[in-house]
Amino acid sequence: MNIHEYQAKHLLQEYGVPVPRGYAATNPLEVETALSNLGDDMIVVKAQIHAGGRGKGTFTDGYKGGVKVVKTLEAAKEAANHMLGNTLVTAQTGPEGRKVQTLYLTEGCDIEHEYYLAIVLDRETAQSVIIASTEGGMDIEEVADKTPEKLIRVPVSPTMGLRSHQCRQVAFALGFKGEQVKQFGRILTGVYKMFWEKNAMLVEINPLVTDKNGNLSALDAKVSFDGNAIFQHPDIEKLRDLNEEDPKEIEASKHDLAYIALDGNIACMVNGAGLAMATMDIIQSFGGSPANFLDVGGGASEEQVTAAFKIILSDPNVKGILVNIFGGIMKCDVIANGIVAAAKNVDMTVPLVVRLEGTNVEAGKKILRESGVALTPADSLAQAAEIIVEQVQSPG
Amino acid sequence: MSILVNKDTRLVVQGITGKTGTFHTQQCIEYGTRVVAGVTPGKGGQMWEEKVPVCNTVSGAVKEHGANASVIYVPPAFAADSILEAIEAEIPLVICITEGVPVRDMAEVRRRLEFKDTKTRLIGPNCPGIITPGECKIGIMPGYIHKPGRVGVISRSGTLTYEAVWQLTQSGHGQSTCIGIGGDPINGTSQLDAIRMLNEDPDTDAIIMIGEIGGSAEEEACTYIKENVKKPVAGFIAGASAPKGRTMGHAGAIVSASGAGTAEAKFAAMEDAGVSIARNPSEIADALLRIYKG
Repeated sequence: MNIHEYQAKHLLQEYGVPVPRGYAATNPLEVETALSNLGDDMIVVKAQIHAGGRGKGTFTDGYKGGVKVVKTLEAAKEAANHMLGNTLVTAQTGPEGRKVQTLYLTEGCDIEHEYYLAIVLDRETAQSVIIASTEGGMDIEEVADKTPEKLIRVPVSPTMGLRSHQCRQVAFALGFKGEQVKQFGRILTGVYKMFWEKNAMLVEINPLVTDKNGNLSALDAKVSFDGNAIFQHPDIEKLRDLNEEDPKEIEASKHDLAYIALDGNIACMVNGAGLAMATMDIIQSFGGSPANFLDVGGGASEEQVTAAFKIILSDPNVKGILVNIFGGIMKCDVIANGIVAAAKNVDMTVPLVVRLEGTNVEAGKKILRESGVALTPADSLAQAAEIIVEQVQSPG
Repeated sequence: MSILVNKDTRLVVQGITGKTGTFHTQQCIEYGTRVVAGVTPGKGGQMWEEKVPVCNTVSGAVKEHGANASVIYVPPAFAADSILEAIEAEIPLVICITEGVPVRDMAEVRRRLEFKDTKTRLIGPNCPGIITPGECKIGIMPGYIHKPGRVGVISRSGTLTYEAVWQLTQSGHGQSTCIGIGGDPINGTSQLDAIRMLNEDPDTDAIIMIGEIGGSAEEEACTYIKENVKKPVAGFIAGASAPKGRTMGHAGAIVSASGAGTAEAKFAAMEDAGVSIARNPSEIADALLRIYKG
C-alpha cells in the first residue's frame, strides 16, 4: 500500500526525521490557511498523487510541472489554483494521468547538496538494505546503472536490527563530518525504526538535503507498506487514499477478489494467481490483449463469480470474456452452476468462452451446455484463448 | 524413493481444528497420508473427528506421536509463530500453506532457518504443498490429478501446477514428487533448493520448473541447472503479459518499476541453461516430452 508524500513526511517527523514545515490542502480555503501559516517567503507547491516524476509532469490543460518553487504568496496561490482538481500526467501515471485532489504546501529550503537515502526489504537476501548515495535528487536506477560505485548498500539483519556502527558507516561514506554524522545517525535510526515498526517495504527519501548551515532534512519521501501487514496498523490503513485506486479494484477487494485493471479488451476470470497470469499470457500469445488480471480464489462462490462478472463488464473496453477454471478441491459442477447463475444475473453483452478442467469436469460441462446461457465451451486452454481472440477480433 | 515425503511420513497438522485445517486434513487422510497428530493450543487431549489426537504444542506431537513433518493452516497473523514453533520442535519438514503472511515475519523466520542448529526445511508459505503421488499428499492440491512416476515438478503457483501435472498425467507420465514452493517474496525453499533435491533423487528422471515474474529465484536455479543438471528440464514462466510495478495476485509476482524480474529475462536464463521452454501454458508437458521420452 502506498501513501502520499505529505503523509510519509508526517510519519517520518513522528520518528524524529526533520522535514520542512508544510500543510496539506484539498480546497482553496485550506490553501489560504496553509499559505498564511507559511508566510511570504520561498514556498513549494506540490501535487499529491501516488506516482513519481511530478516535477517534470504536465497537466492535461498544458500547465507544466506538478512541483513549483515560488517566491511570493500570490505566485503560490496561482500555482495551487492551477493544480488543484487538474489532471497531472507523469512518466509513471500513464497517458490518462491522475487527478490532483490534494496539495502539499511547504516552506522552501536553501539546498547545499542533495543525497539519496532509502531502506528496502530485499527479497533475495531476506533482509532490509540501506541504500544511500551522494547523487540525490535523480532517479536512483540511473545512478545504479551509470555510476554503480556511487551506490552505498548496507544490509541490516532482521534479528540484530540497525546498529550505530552501520549509521556511521553510511554517514562517512556519504562524506558527512562532525555534527552531521550524529544528525545523520539520528535520521537513519528514525527511518529504520519506522520501516521496521510499520512493516514498510520501502522508505525512500530523495532527496535528503543539507542546507547552507549544514543541517539535514527530508525534502521528498515515498513510503510503501506490506499489504499483508496492514491489519496490524490501523493508523496506516487510515492513510489509504481510494482516489488513487481503480474503482473496479476497490470493488473487487470488497469481494475478496484479486483484480487488476489492464488496458486490453479480453477480460479473464481464473482461479489461482499463477494460472490467471498464464491465462493473460496465452491470450497475448494468440494476438489478443488482456483487459485484466482476475483471481477468484480457490473456493469461488456464486456470489463472488457474479461480482466478478459485474466488475469485468463495468470496463467499457471489454469485448469478450474468457473464464478458465481448474477445478481441484473446488468441483467443476459447483463452479459451472456459479457461472450459469451469475451469467443469468448480469446482462452478458459480450462473447463468453468457458474452459473447465479438473474434478467433475463432465458434470460441469453438461451444466453449461444445458443452461441456455450463450457461451462457448472449450476443451483446452489453448482452444479457449484461440476462440475468444477470434470472436473479439472478428465479431459476428 | 522420492524427495521429502513418502508413505512413512508422519504428519502433524498445525491448526487442525479450524475450517480449512479440518477440510484438507480429511482430504489428505483419504489420499493415504498418515496424519499422526494435530495441534491446536488449548485443545490438547481431544480427538479430532474421532480420528486424530490433538496436542497443545508441536513438541508434544513429536514426543507423543513421532511426527516428522508438519503442515500449517493457521491464519496469517500467527503463521510465522507456528513455523518457529515447528522449527524449535526440530520437525525436519514444515509446509506452510497460509497465504498473506507479513513479509517482515518471513524475514525473521528465514534468519532462524539459517541458524547452524536448525534441523528444519520449510516449504512455503502461500503454497499448495507437496505430494509424492500414491504415497503421501500434504496440502491442498487435488490428489486424483497426480499419478506415480518419475517426473519431478516445482512451482511457485497452485492451479498452474495442477495444469502442468494434469498435462503430464494425461500424456501418461507420472510424477515422483511435486513441490509448490509458494508465491511469496520470501519463502523457505527456493527453486534452486528444489531443483537440487530432484537432481539428486535417483527416482526422478526429468524435471518441470514453473516460475513467475518477480525476484531472481529462477535465474539462480538456471545457473545451477547449467552447471549440474544432466536430467531433462522443461520450464514455463507466468506473467509475460503483466505490467510493471503491479503485484499480480501473488505477493512475490511483480516486475519492479525498474524492470527487474521479467518473464523475458527468466525465459532467457532458461534458454541459456538448456531448459526446454514452454511459451504457452498449455504446452508445459509437451515442452518436456520434446526432450524426454520417459
